[in-house]
Amino acid sequence: MIIDCPCCGRRPVSEFSYIGDAEAAKPDMHAPAAEWVKAVYTRTNPRGMHLEHWQHLHGCRQFLKIQRDTLTHEIFSVELVGVYASGEGE
Amino acid sequence: MTDYSILSLAKNALNGQVGWAPAWRKPDPKPAYDVVIVGGGGHGLATAHYLAKHHGITNVAVLEKNLIGSGNVGRNTTLVRSNYMLDRTLPFYEHSLKLWEGLSHDLNYNVMFSSRGIINLAHSPGQLDVFRRRANSMLLNGVKAEILGTDQIAEKVPALDVSNAARFPILGGLYQARGGTARHDAVAWGFARSADRRGVDIIEQCEVTGFLKKDGRVVGVSTSRGEIRAKKTAIVVAGSSSHVLQQAGLNNLPIESHVLQAFVSEGLKPVLDVAITFGAGHLYVSQSDKGGLVFGGDLDGYNSYAQRGNLPIAEDVATMLLAMFPAFAKVRMLRSWGGVMDMSMDGQPIIDTGPVPGLYINCGWCYEGFKATPASGYTFAWTIANDAPHELNAPFTLSRFQTGYVLDEKGRGPFPGHH
Repeated sequence: MIIDCPCCGRRPVSEFSYIGDAEAAKPDMHAPAAEWVKAVYTRTNPRGMHLEHWQHLHGCRQFLKIQRDTLTHEIFSVELVGVYASGEGE
Repeated sequence: MTDYSILSLAKNALNGQVGWAPAWRKPDPKPAYDVVIVGGGGHGLATAHYLAKHHGITNVAVLEKNLIGSGNVGRNTTLVRSNYMLDRTLPFYEHSLKLWEGLSHDLNYNVMFSSRGIINLAHSPGQLDVFRRRANSMLLNGVKAEILGTDQIAEKVPALDVSNAARFPILGGLYQARGGTARHDAVAWGFARSADRRGVDIIEQCEVTGFLKKDGRVVGVSTSRGEIRAKKTAIVVAGSSSHVLQQAGLNNLPIESHVLQAFVSEGLKPVLDVAITFGAGHLYVSQSDKGGLVFGGDLDGYNSYAQRGNLPIAEDVATMLLAMFPAFAKVRMLRSWGGVMDMSMDGQPIIDTGPVPGLYINCGWCYEGFKATPASGYTFAWTIANDAPHELNAPFTLSRFQTGYVLDEKGRGPFPGHH
């Protein structure tokens, strides 16, 4: 698998660290326990398109949001996250 | 169909091997069954066997989208052990090991279970302490465990460098003499044949495409070979659990699917007659009866439904194998394959009724699936027959993630890729 990092270009997957599912949003701190159980312990785990966080650990160290097919490993989009996504962090 | 025996072997040897019947029928699906088991892997077939044998429920169909034995039961490294720590998980795996010990006789099928022993190497004092704690927990649960010193390890594994000059010096190891390996395909075929002989229909190339519901209850499945009604529908589909159960309306399971690779080397003369795990990384290796080294390590590390992995893990496990056995440097890799693991949030499975009436689920096996095959079938059959869990799988509820009774053997937290 090769990931096209927005900062570094095409790099092998071994440079990247998988963080996890980027679809589940963390609930509010004071949300009921059931919402936290759902966020911490459950996943949609789709067979197909999946939105996930990676980090280019052995590269620019940026966190990335990647859209990838879990059946074919094909990557559709790679974006920076946080302040860098909008260019404000430049 | 006749029993396999020394007599049938001798007879067919003289007859030119023409007397063998197929080990199971290929029936067309009936419109309705008492129990439909979705998933013809080791666990599904074992469930059918125990449903028929222990509970007299024989109006059962096992639906498999591919061929039986083509999923994870044929994609593992065949290790069988019960060296667990928690009081709520260990008895389950110990029961499984006891079933393994009598399985070939029970099934009248040689599953080639070999109690060759399993050694977990420790490379630091802290790691050895952890193994001592686990051994003590095993002893308290009546399961024999031994802590080996380097001399004893050298005696059992002459190929291993136990000196201080080793890349990762070995300080000792946890040894379970009753652990071992089994022939994985034979496990699927043996359970299939035994279930079939008791009247269970094993229906291959029949993919479940949806669930039939009535008044909020699951009353069967729609499949690529038509609708099949069932009083009870049992789902045991390993890595496809989320995908299949989504069709029943369960969108949020405590499971992520990850790919785990395994590797076999070319055949060698006997060099390793125990199963052994490397403690300075994550590697487990044994030598098959055919002579190949069978080994594996970490998950690829990202969600995947592909039954194949990437090269970094191949390099990773080969590196660790050589760190442990430098002599294997010239051994060539023969094959590798990937299986889709249903990684749960605490590393332990879910065997439970519901959460929809009429539905029974068995999933979340992580790395534990193959060794658990007999006990998984045994307890799942019990759960289906009695609408309540057996005491051995009572801790394996779906609701434990809400109640806080998680079964995290190593305290790694809710990260499925870490178990």
